[in-house]
Amino acid sequence: MDEFKTVIGLEVHAELDTKSKIYCGCTTEFGGDENTHVCPVCSGMPGVLPMLNRKVVEYCVKAGLALNCAINPYSRQDRKHYFYPDLPKAFQTSQFDQPLCLNGYVDIVAGGQPKRIGITRIHIEEDAGKLIHGADQTRVDYNRCGVPLIEIVTEPDFENSAQVHAFLEALREILLYTEVSNCKMEEGSLRCDVNLSIHREGEPFGTRTEMKNLNSFSAAAAAVEYEAQRQRRVVLGGGKISQDTLRWDDEAGYNYVMRSKEDADEYFYFPEPDIMPMVLSEGYIERIRKTLPELPAKRRERYVQVMGLPMYDAQLLTVSKFISDFFDRTVAAGAQPKAVSNFIMGDITRLLNERGLAPEKVPIQPDAMAELLDLISKGVISNSMGSKVIEIMFEETKSPADIVRERGMAQVSDAGAIRGMCEQVIAENPKIVADYKGGKVKAITALVGQVMKMSRGKANPAMVNQLLEELLK
Amino acid sequence: MTITIETVQHIAHLAKLQLSETEMFRLADEMEKIVGFADKLSELDIEGVKPTTHAVAVQNVLRDDELKPSYDREKILQNAPERDAACFLVPKVVE
Repeated sequence: MDEFKTVIGLEVHAELDTKSKIYCGCTTEFGGDENTHVCPVCSGMPGVLPMLNRKVVEYCVKAGLALNCAINPYSRQDRKHYFYPDLPKAFQTSQFDQPLCLNGYVDIVAGGQPKRIGITRIHIEEDAGKLIHGADQTRVDYNRCGVPLIEIVTEPDFENSAQVHAFLEALREILLYTEVSNCKMEEGSLRCDVNLSIHREGEPFGTRTEMKNLNSFSAAAAAVEYEAQRQRRVVLGGGKISQDTLRWDDEAGYNYVMRSKEDADEYFYFPEPDIMPMVLSEGYIERIRKTLPELPAKRRERYVQVMGLPMYDAQLLTVSKFISDFFDRTVAAGAQPKAVSNFIMGDITRLLNERGLAPEKVPIQPDAMAELLDLISKGVISNSMGSKVIEIMFEETKSPADIVRERGMAQVSDAGAIRGMCEQVIAENPKIVADYKGGKVKAITALVGQVMKMSRGKANPAMVNQLLEELLK
Repeated sequence: MTITIETVQHIAHLAKLQLSETEMFRLADEMEKIVGFADKLSELDIEGVKPTTHAVAVQNVLRDDELKPSYDREKILQNAPERDAACFLVPKVVE
């Protein structure tokens, strides 16, 4: 099997997170009753005049800059013709030879190996409507028709499904951080087509097939595995690969031919006369470049190399831009990076999960978080009391210092008071004391627990431990 | 330039048109004349001239990302050759 090399390229479509559609003011909101987000422009009525949404150009340029592309100073829209009822105009307004972005790349790590994936181009286009197939008729809903898309085309740089998966993860992260797409796979906001061919080492590339309908990263990876194996079998069996468009059936785990080369792509592209060319100045491009956030890969690098966090922490902190920003602001407010990271990965994640909240719903301000960590590091409250304070901060907008004061949560470090409680616990638990004195050193934790309980969690646990050891000598 | 019957068949197929043999011969003839007419343009010397894609030299005609109310669904569907309560209906298109 290893005599073959697999060559894979991707085409990824991402819906842009604009309020209105690409050429009209209809909403891009997902769902809605069928054909209620539709007007004469997006339903392709004759005589209408589409007008390009400036946010679409801006978001595409922003994505292009984040993906290390050159921005085309002159760009244009073209009509791509095909007859299919999901497009009422019988053409898709897209871009052909003058896309907005060219020649970028994304660095990924797959199977422990770094790899650079080239981006050939990124262009803007309109999404198509939704077809609902019945027994003998097809129903057409144009709500999605005209929702802005960017199509990201990669170089044929992938060799296996792990690289495809890693790239899609990296791309999703970048699109989320730049806030150009919400990347909701379940709503079809991010979709992927796979082009794949195989060839023997030293021979030219084989004929490629195109697979559509890949709506999750795992589907893309599974489809790559399947198609590479299928092509190997065909070639080893003496057959030839035909240049087909295949449809991946994720449930069944196989693909089938959607259309073959005979009726394939003759789109008769020509310049879109209704949309004027886009001429982008250097100033405009630089203004957008300034709005780019620090990207997740860079943040992870900084967390590990500058802040000394484990890679594990860096990964979890950068899953969401909001959390990563929250972390950075808390550290900027004076907190210890690892302490912040521990609370985010522990209590904050738990509280969000329990309440079914998205990360950006964290109801705590970074300053308040830093203040809480300060109370802990100064020994005013214990670490475990800190967890309780965070829980209260999820419900009430009070400063941690106020919460601690109002509820009398401050740690008791008064040696006299703690000694009194220790003596009482020793007197009340002769059996545990006997065990300890008989050599079971671990029995002391039971006594510490009793004292903590008696102090309602407020005793300084280190002091309790030390005093008990002293008293039991 | 000669337009063959195969070319006419191919174009008709892409345009989803079903043509009779008589129509195809007639169209081959007409298309030949149209293409011949356009061919006249290739007599011009356009060395170094950039292609014109728009009749007016206007660029960056953009609108702000603002919502406008969509149309009433009844209005959108009123000219549909076939419809149900909410959708356009077309012949079944999936293989």
